[in-house]
Amino acid sequence: MPERGEARRLSETAPRRIITVMAMSGVLVMAFILLFLLREGMPILKGASITELATGRLWYPVSAPPLFGMMPLIAGSLAVTLTSSALAIPFGVALALFLTEICPKRISGFFKITLEILGFLPSVVLGFIGMVVIAPFLQVRLELLSGLNLMNASMLLGVMILPTVATLSEESLHAVPQSQRDASYALGATRCETMFKVVLPGASRGIAQAAILGLMRALGETMVVLMASGGAALLPQSVFDPVRPLTSAIAAEMGETSVGSAHYHALFFMGCILLLFTLALNMLVIKIESRGEAD
Amino acid sequence: MKETVNHEAVSEGFPMSGLSKSSDMGPVRPGYALWRKAADSLSTFLLWAAMAFVATVLCSILSFLAARGGGSLSWEFVTEPPRNGMTEGGIVTPIVGTLQLIFVSMCFAFPVGVTTAVYFNEYARGGALKNTLRLAMRSLASIPSVVLGLFGLAFFCAFLRFGASLLSAGLTLGCMVLPTIVTASETALANVPQDYRDAAHALGATEWQTIYGVVLPSAFPGIITGGILSVGRVAGETAPIMFTGAVYFAPGFARNLFDSVMALPYHVYVLATAGTNIERTTPLQYGTILVLLAVVLGISMVGMAARSRLRKDVL
Amino acid sequence: MRKSRVMALCLAVLTAVLFSGAAFAAEELSINGSTTILPFAQSTAEAFMKVNPGTRISVSGGGSGNGAKALIDGVTSIAALSREMKSEEIDAAKEKGRNPVQHIVAVDCIVPIVHPSNPVSDLTAGQLRDIYSGKITNWKEVGGPDKSIAVIGRDTSSGTYEVWNEKIMEGTAVTPRALISASSGALVQSVAGNTLSIGYDSLGYVNEKLVKALTIEGVKGTPDTARSGAIVTSRKLFMYTDGSPAGEIKKYLDFLVSDDGQRYVAREGFVTLK
Repeated sequence: MPERGEARRLSETAPRRIITVMAMSGVLVMAFILLFLLREGMPILKGASITELATGRLWYPVSAPPLFGMMPLIAGSLAVTLTSSALAIPFGVALALFLTEICPKRISGFFKITLEILGFLPSVVLGFIGMVVIAPFLQVRLELLSGLNLMNASMLLGVMILPTVATLSEESLHAVPQSQRDASYALGATRCETMFKVVLPGASRGIAQAAILGLMRALGETMVVLMASGGAALLPQSVFDPVRPLTSAIAAEMGETSVGSAHYHALFFMGCILLLFTLALNMLVIKIESRGEAD
Repeated sequence: MKETVNHEAVSEGFPMSGLSKSSDMGPVRPGYALWRKAADSLSTFLLWAAMAFVATVLCSILSFLAARGGGSLSWEFVTEPPRNGMTEGGIVTPIVGTLQLIFVSMCFAFPVGVTTAVYFNEYARGGALKNTLRLAMRSLASIPSVVLGLFGLAFFCAFLRFGASLLSAGLTLGCMVLPTIVTASETALANVPQDYRDAAHALGATEWQTIYGVVLPSAFPGIITGGILSVGRVAGETAPIMFTGAVYFAPGFARNLFDSVMALPYHVYVLATAGTNIERTTPLQYGTILVLLAVVLGISMVGMAARSRLRKDVL
Repeated sequence: MRKSRVMALCLAVLTAVLFSGAAFAAEELSINGSTTILPFAQSTAEAFMKVNPGTRISVSGGGSGNGAKALIDGVTSIAALSREMKSEEIDAAKEKGRNPVQHIVAVDCIVPIVHPSNPVSDLTAGQLRDIYSGKITNWKEVGGPDKSIAVIGRDTSSGTYEVWNEKIMEGTAVTPRALISASSGALVQSVAGNTLSIGYDSLGYVNEKLVKALTIEGVKGTPDTARSGAIVTSRKLFMYTDGSPAGEIKKYLDFLVSDDGQRYVAREGFVTLK
């Protein structure tokens, strides 16, 4: 019965083809993202060179003539990302250590849920808290010029990335074989020594990945920095200076610019910069991972 | 299950600590043993303190919001549209808008995500295509949400001429959660025992029959769980919808895909930053935040509960 | 199999519920633009819809530029601008075959504001310029306490900024140290929460319980000074349509400038035309 064989082959190949094609739409989405960001972002280079954009210190996008110095914005993004990571990564690793090495099994589930809920908090809610609670508090207590600053945004961002770092670190700490801990204890090491000299080094690769993913999240977060970082486009000199990270500049200015203007292209160019940073960090994660698999 | 060596036994001088003492009691550093013990207790204390601190932060955030916003919650608040320049009425329009956004984004992300996972897990045999797709998915997962918003604006709103609409915003959100759904579905598919597939094949089922009839149904609970967890994220995101479809005020629910919508997270932002009458909108702000939290955390907790049940079933 | 049928049914019901309104056809209007105009655009839209239940008006506010953009692209029926349309925007519109027509819908003025505890109550335009350009950095230089000034401005692309820039700054650049608020409401909140701050905002947003409005060279920002132009920062608020308005658009705009409509303008704190 050749027809039936034919039909059967078709009923095999058709779903296979459909699924492959549908799966490839992921590649298509990514390709379109790259294409459209570049298409809308590159025209800015007609009016200004990359060095002008990257090293210019004045961001006056609508003055005449407009100045598109992105250095303060890039510096703002980096400052917020690094400060929040400096707060959240050690803390996150400490939480992971606590959960795997110290916390009694009975209550570790509760703490894990706590962390997870923290991770689900919408960023606009945290930004709101930064605006109405933390900012006045900082301003009055520390007698600052303004409570909307690098520190405020970094603390909130730290809260946002903490669950990511802690959960991923915890997974990699879990993966350290119990036999290594046993061996360490058998040699007379205390729990503290076992944690820091055996378990942590054993999970270093996973923790590095967790840290980078945390960095990536902090770099791309928008609402918190839009609402809590102060928005002044200047190179921060201290942690209490206001900053204007790339993401908040895009979110604040996109609505007010007209399509096709130099400002519009500059904002898309900033999107390209962000994309470049995150893709580079992503590559780093993949590289660490593949080296881990090779070992 | 993993604490085969009890640390208390170590610090209290039972079998193993004898060893450590003898090696530390050397003439070089007589206080060393004491120091080690102190360091041990200190680190334990600090790590407990760290966890307690995080739990306190979360509790104080939630209780602060509940205390401020609890008073404005009422049946009217969640069933009436905003009135009088956002100073009165409720927030039913943004609530429904958020549900509509979830629906549209899932209509795109769920089928595509699941088929991608099926492709990875059942069809792909390595090679350039699979690697490219893998790389694309990981890159997509790393893209900042505001950049996705830019993409949505340039592609869905402008290029495809969808305008600022439910469709544009929903698809942008769909792109955002796609990688999450792929990962969750892949895990679920990978957890289906190979025996099931072998048995189906042995009964003469073709590859597709095996996938459709055996693998997908048994992976289904896991896939749905992943879907629910990503819905929580869709409900809470603001940045991707700011320029692609969320509006300050809509006269009612979106009635087709090309209407613009109000959304809860954007409504929180709007109430916090616009409006001429801050005193009168403040209670509404806290109320809206509470409802947003209830929606996001509620959905996420359903997902978490489903996941823990699932894990128990597997074990 | 049965499970999947139940699922499909659920999905169908959900779709039906979510898009149930689609059956009722209605006249669709949209207003898009300046955050300054949002409050009274929304309340007049509400009032208009109450009288004309057949019409639906959605209001979105990305900013004046956004409104102009939407009108040029033909995705909004009315663009709300807190400044006049720029010549490039008009050119772009003409290129796409659109003809922006201006309607003045309300009057406004921009008022410098400080924290209620601040003893300073009057500044000259020159002092304001020096504060915003970073020349004056301490309150004692303008008769206040010996404390630094926290300068808060608006996004360079907002209509409010443009008017401030033109009337007060006269082209001098704002210091990069200035904090930037993304919207009018956020600015009032920042000033209300900071004893050292100075900001500027549209009269409608100035809430005397939260912030203290300063006079500029002795002129207080009031409806009268705004209308007469006695205060230097007075401005008009606009709506633009593509071509002369007709049908529902005309009805809405007529309502907005009528006494009934202007009542809502006044209630939101803005200045009526008459």
